Amino acid sequence: MSAGPAARAWPSEGLARVPYWIYQDEDVYRREQERIYRGDTWNFLGLEAELPEKGDFKTTFAGEMPVVVTRDEKGALNCFENRCAHRGSLLCIKDRGNVKEIVCVYHNWTYDLRGDLTAVAFRRGVQGKGGMLADAEPESQAPRKFRVEVFCGLIFATLSDNTSPVERYIGPEIAARIRRVMKEPVKILGGYTQVLQSNWKLYFENVKDTYHASLLHLFFSTFRLNRLEQKGGVVVGGEGGSHASFTMMKSELSGDEYERAGMRSASGGYALQAPQMLESMDEIGDGVTLQILTVFPGFVLQQIMNSLAVRQVLPKGVGRTELVWTCFGYASDDAKMTELRMKQANLVGPAGYISLEDGAATGFVQRGAAGASERASFVEMGGRTVESNESRVTETSVRGLWQQYRRHMGL
Amino acid sequence: MDAALQLAVENLLARYVHAIDDDRLEDWPGFFVEKGRYRITTAENYERGLPLSIIYADSRAMLADRVSALRHANIYEAQRYRHTVSSTLVERLDAGTVRASSNFQVVRIMHTGESLLFASGRYLDRIRMSGGGEPQFEERVVVIDSRSVDTLLAIPL
Repeated sequence: MSAGPAARAWPSEGLARVPYWIYQDEDVYRREQERIYRGDTWNFLGLEAELPEKGDFKTTFAGEMPVVVTRDEKGALNCFENRCAHRGSLLCIKDRGNVKEIVCVYHNWTYDLRGDLTAVAFRRGVQGKGGMLADAEPESQAPRKFRVEVFCGLIFATLSDNTSPVERYIGPEIAARIRRVMKEPVKILGGYTQVLQSNWKLYFENVKDTYHASLLHLFFSTFRLNRLEQKGGVVVGGEGGSHASFTMMKSELSGDEYERAGMRSASGGYALQAPQMLESMDEIGDGVTLQILTVFPGFVLQQIMNSLAVRQVLPKGVGRTELVWTCFGYASDDAKMTELRMKQANLVGPAGYISLEDGAATGFVQRGAAGASERASFVEMGGRTVESNESRVTETSVRGLWQQYRRHMGL
Repeated sequence: MDAALQLAVENLLARYVHAIDDDRLEDWPGFFVEKGRYRITTAENYERGLPLSIIYADSRAMLADRVSALRHANIYEAQRYRHTVSSTLVERLDAGTVRASSNFQVVRIMHTGESLLFASGRYLDRIRMSGGGEPQFEERVVVIDSRSVDTLLAIPL
């Protein structure tokens, strides 16, 4: 049996150490559901563009809690627990659709698009027999409703009245970096889910870990696509658990530079036969070719050249996480631009040239630390504190995650 | 049914999966015409008409790059596939081209010994039955039934 969180002590080194029990304990996992996902945080639920019409709904999760997201007849977005007031059955058993009301399949209890119970089948019985007593209050067990906020087309929800508004929660620097990607209406290009055999925090650390990028992902360096003059940085925002890292490459690899890459490859390296895939457009106009951004506890926004995506990090047990990818373009894209995004989608996802390793690496930690719950990982790249940094050879945003996490968890 | 045509198509499909399962990935691009298209997508994306792929190539060169990256750049644990392909429906489109569809299952065998039903789905193919040489794919769309992929998808399906 594992010790409860109260019996566990965080290492005295503070944010520079992460104890392995944090990825392993059932008690920690249960407390996260209560204090993080159902606590004072914003859960990312999807893109507004997924629900363009009145009556549109989708089902997803806030942590482990199943939820329904709807656009009601007034056009407002709502989120409520996907649980019938009656017996706790799922209310919605479809991934998405368009409806006027929501009817629980089990006993036909009916809800409006805001999650209010509107009808109980046979509430007054049949022909004066059966039914509920006059003082019955099934509404007392109604599905819980979330506060919903949309920021730049991104849907966030919280169960807590204490969570500060999304924009303040994220902080101005991260908000600005969301705005630059979500600069105009978007168009959904598709999605998929990657199942990670690891604790959700190992993935969230991985996304924030700018140190591993050029060391684990060898695609760019193997094919000599790296730029020595790359500039960039890491911004830590909000309460520490949100971040943006960015890289400015000299964009548009010219044919000339391909040739030189080809010449180097002739002397022992490797070259791509079809490097046109990487001919990116500086569509945002600021020279940033790569930006990875997170909002605690489970949102990732990605701009890798012209491949744009949001990722939703969903915990599915202590050692299992689902990563729900939705790739998008802009509504104004022409066919050529969509084709370019589709080619650059080869860089990301479960088969992504610069992301497939992440699916495995988090599992390596889960497996590697299986017998070391009392030991800790060593997180001192770039020092021991949390601050924005011009270098990406730092783990500052990983420490930022633990700063916010520990505050929520009381650890 | 044109038995010779059926056999020629099934032979192409068989040689394709044997090349992958035997780790002869360098042979994989050669099953496609030079401007051949290959993509893996989910049934959900496919049915909703969404263009996103998990892997997408529109030339043999892009397929060769995929193999080159798997061999020299990407890092993943040792693993093999075992494909099982159903019998194939073949329909002639014109004198030189056929459409073929088949079902498949892929078991992934990890170096640790773990075997997993990794993927099931459909192969939707357009095949050039060139005079003389072997038939080749003009297009192979791999539609996987599930929207979920365990851990990573390195080796092509």
